[in-house]
Amino acid sequence: MEIAWSADEIAFRDEVRAFLAEKLTDELRASGAHMTSVYADPGHARAWQAILHEKGWVAPAWPVEHGGTGWSLAQRYIWQRERIAAGAPPVSPMGVQMCGPAIIGHGSDAQKAFFLPRMLSGEHFWCQGYSETGSGSDLASLKCRAEDDGDHLVVTGQKLWSTHAHAANWGFFLVRTATLDRPQQGITFLLIDMASPGVTVVPTVSPAGENIQNEIFLDAVRVPKSNVVGAIGDGWTVAKYLLEFERGGAAYAPGLQIDLDEIEQFAGEVRGDDGGRLIDDAAFADAIAQARIDVLALEVFEFRAMSDASAGRYPHAIPSLMKIRGTELQQRITELRLLAAGRYGMAYQPQAGVSAGPVHFPHADGGFVGPREAAIAPMRYVSERAASIYAGTNEIQRNIIAKIMGL
Amino acid sequence: MDFSFTDDQRQLRDALRGYLERENSFSARTASARSASGWSESLWRGLADDLGILGVGVAETAGGAGGNAIDMMVASEELGANLLVEPFLETSVIGAAALGAAGGREAELAAIVSGDMRCAFAWAEAESRFDPAAPATAATRTAAGWRLDGRKAVVTAAPYATHLLVTARDGDEPALFLVGADAAGLSLRGYPMIDGRRAADAVFDAVSLPEAALLLRGEEATERLCDIATAMLGAEALGVMRVMLDDTISFTKERRQFGQPIAGFQVLQHRMVDMYMQLELATSAVYRAVLSLDAAPAERARAVSAMKVTVAGACRFVGQNAIQLHGGMGMTDEVRVSHYFRRATVIESEFGSADWHRRRFAALSRAA
Repeated sequence: MEIAWSADEIAFRDEVRAFLAEKLTDELRASGAHMTSVYADPGHARAWQAILHEKGWVAPAWPVEHGGTGWSLAQRYIWQRERIAAGAPPVSPMGVQMCGPAIIGHGSDAQKAFFLPRMLSGEHFWCQGYSETGSGSDLASLKCRAEDDGDHLVVTGQKLWSTHAHAANWGFFLVRTATLDRPQQGITFLLIDMASPGVTVVPTVSPAGENIQNEIFLDAVRVPKSNVVGAIGDGWTVAKYLLEFERGGAAYAPGLQIDLDEIEQFAGEVRGDDGGRLIDDAAFADAIAQARIDVLALEVFEFRAMSDASAGRYPHAIPSLMKIRGTELQQRITELRLLAAGRYGMAYQPQAGVSAGPVHFPHADGGFVGPREAAIAPMRYVSERAASIYAGTNEIQRNIIAKIMGL
Repeated sequence: MDFSFTDDQRQLRDALRGYLERENSFSARTASARSASGWSESLWRGLADDLGILGVGVAETAGGAGGNAIDMMVASEELGANLLVEPFLETSVIGAAALGAAGGREAELAAIVSGDMRCAFAWAEAESRFDPAAPATAATRTAAGWRLDGRKAVVTAAPYATHLLVTARDGDEPALFLVGADAAGLSLRGYPMIDGRRAADAVFDAVSLPEAALLLRGEEATERLCDIATAMLGAEALGVMRVMLDDTISFTKERRQFGQPIAGFQVLQHRMVDMYMQLELATSAVYRAVLSLDAAPAERARAVSAMKVTVAGACRFVGQNAIQLHGGMGMTDEVRVSHYFRRATVIESEFGSADWHRRRFAALSRAA
C-alpha cells in the first residue's frame, strides 16, 4: 500500500499545470470558475475542446487507437483535479463520456470511423434521449416507438431532461422496437441527427431560471438503420454499459476540494456572525472542517476504486456508493456556499456567473450587487438539488447497493 | 392551556384562503412577480378594500381590525401558503408594529389599512451580517430634524415600497426612521430575489428628515420589532411548508414507476413522515414564539430565536425533500413546489440564519 503520488505522477502534474497555464485564456478560466451549475455553457466548452483537441487530450478515458491519451487512472485523476483547479470548463460529457464509449464498445467500424473523430473535434455536439414522462427511475418502461420501415426506423415519441438538446446536432436515444415479456427487451440504441424532419426541441426552465434541459418531441422521424448501435433490440445492454460509465466515470473529491478552497477564501473576506471574519467563526469553521474530513474519506475511497480498477477489479457497489456520497457532499458544500453568501445569497443575479443556457427569469444584464461568490451561491444551491435525482436517484442507488449486499 | 383557534380566527383563515385562491392563483401570482413592476397593485388594493386584511394588526382607533398576534399569525400562514409577493410582512406586520409602538401615528396607520402605504424594512447592511442592532448607517441631528447617511443591503420589497423603515445609529443607540421612497438623497438599485420577490440596495446620501421621522429608539425597541417580524415570517413559513408537503403527498400518490404509485415505497413514506414531523414541530415553535411576543424581552427573544432555528431546519428539510420526491419535475419552474422551495430557502436566512439565532439563544440562556 502506498498513498503518495509517484515522482512520475508529480512530473505529469507539472506538465498538465504548464499546459493549463499556457492555454487557458482569462475568459475560458472565468467560464469554468463562475459556472452557475455543474454544466458549462456550450460555447465555452466547445472553444476549450478545440484547444484540447489540438493537444489530443479531449478523451483521456478512450483507447489510444480511437484518440485517447493512454493515461493511467491516476493520471486521469490528476488531470481532472488540475483542470478544475485552473478553472477550465468541462468538456460536454454527452459525447465523449457517454455516447463515445457506447460506440467504442458496441458500434460498427463505419460508426467508429464516422462519429468518433467528429465527437473529438467537437463538430458533433451530443445530447441524450433516455427519460420519458412515465419512465424516469423505471427507465426500462420507456415507450418512444421505432417502427421498422425497410432501411429505416421511424421514431415517434417524447423524451425529457435532455441536457443541451437545444445546442446539439446529434442525439443518442433509447427507443422501443418491440414489446416483449421483459421491458428491458425490445429496446434499441439509436443515433439521431437532430436536424432530421420531425424533431422538435422545447426548452425546460429550471428553478434557477436556466434553460439547460429540454424536452424532445419526435414525430415520424426517419432514421437509417445504419445508426443503430449494437443490434436492434439490444439497446439495454448498450445503455447499461453507458450508465455504468456515467456513474463511475467521475471522481468527486477533486472538485469538492476546490469548492471548499473557494469557500474558505471567500469566508476570509466577509463578516461572520460573531463580528470577526466568517472564517474565524467557530460554527462555520466546524462545518467547513467536517466537509473537508468527509471529502478526505471520499478521496481515499476513490483512490481505492481507482487502484482496484487498475488491477482489473470492479466491485459492483462502488459506482453507486460514489454517486450517493459524491452528490450528497456536493449538495452540502452548496449549502456552505449559501451560508457564506449571507444576505446577498437571496438575490437572483445569474449575470454574475456563467449560465449553461439562456436565462428565462427577469434579471439585470450587466453588473450585480454584492460579491460575485455570493451571487453564484444560490444558483449553485438550487441547481445542484438535481444531483441526487439525475443519473439514477440516490434512492435507486441505495436499492442497487442493497441488492448487491444480498439484502 | 388552549391551543384552539377562535371562530373569528377560523373565519379569517377561510376568507383569506378563498379570496387568494380566486384572486391570486399560482399563475396570476407568478405573472405579477415576473411583470416589470414585480407586484400587483390591484391585488394589494383588494386585500385592503375587499378583505381589510392589511389592517389586521392595526388598532381599531386607527381604523384597523385591532387583531392580536394570533390573528396576524393566521393571516401570515395563509399568505405563505399563497406565496404572496406583495409586502404584507413589511407593511402590515413590521410597519404597523413600528408605527403602533411609536404612538400618535394614526394618519400613517390609516394609510396602511387603506393600502396607500407600502413599507420595506431596511435593516441589513453588507457588513452587518445578521445583526440588526449595530447599523453603520448614521443618523445625525440637524436644525430641522435628522440627516441619514449610509447603505442598506438587500432591502426586500423596496422597489415597490412607498416608505422605507430604516435602522440607523444615533450615537451609540440604534433607532428606526420612516423615510419616503422619494426622499432626496435616497437612491435604490433594484433586482429580483431568488424567490421571485424584488429587493434593492439603498444608498442614503445626506437624506434630510423631519423630526417626526424618528419612530423608535434603543436596542430593545429594535430587537422587539425584529422579533415580531421573525415570528410572523415563521408563521408564513408554515404555510409554505404545508403546501410543499401536501403537493409531495399528492404527487407521490399519482406518480407511478415500477408498476405502482411511488408513495407505496417505504423509503419515500418514511421521508414524508419526517417532513410531516418537521412541519408539526415548526408549528409548535411558531406558537411559542407568537405567544411570547408580549413576554419579558429575554423570554421573547429566546422563544423567537428557538423558533427561527427550528423553522430554518424544517424549511430546509421539507423543501429539499419536496424537490427530491418530485424527481425531475421538482427541478422545473413549471411545478409550484419549486417556487415554494425557493421561498423556503430565502426564509431560512431572512432575519438571521439558524447559526445566528442559535448563538443568540445560547447567549440569552447564559445570561438568564
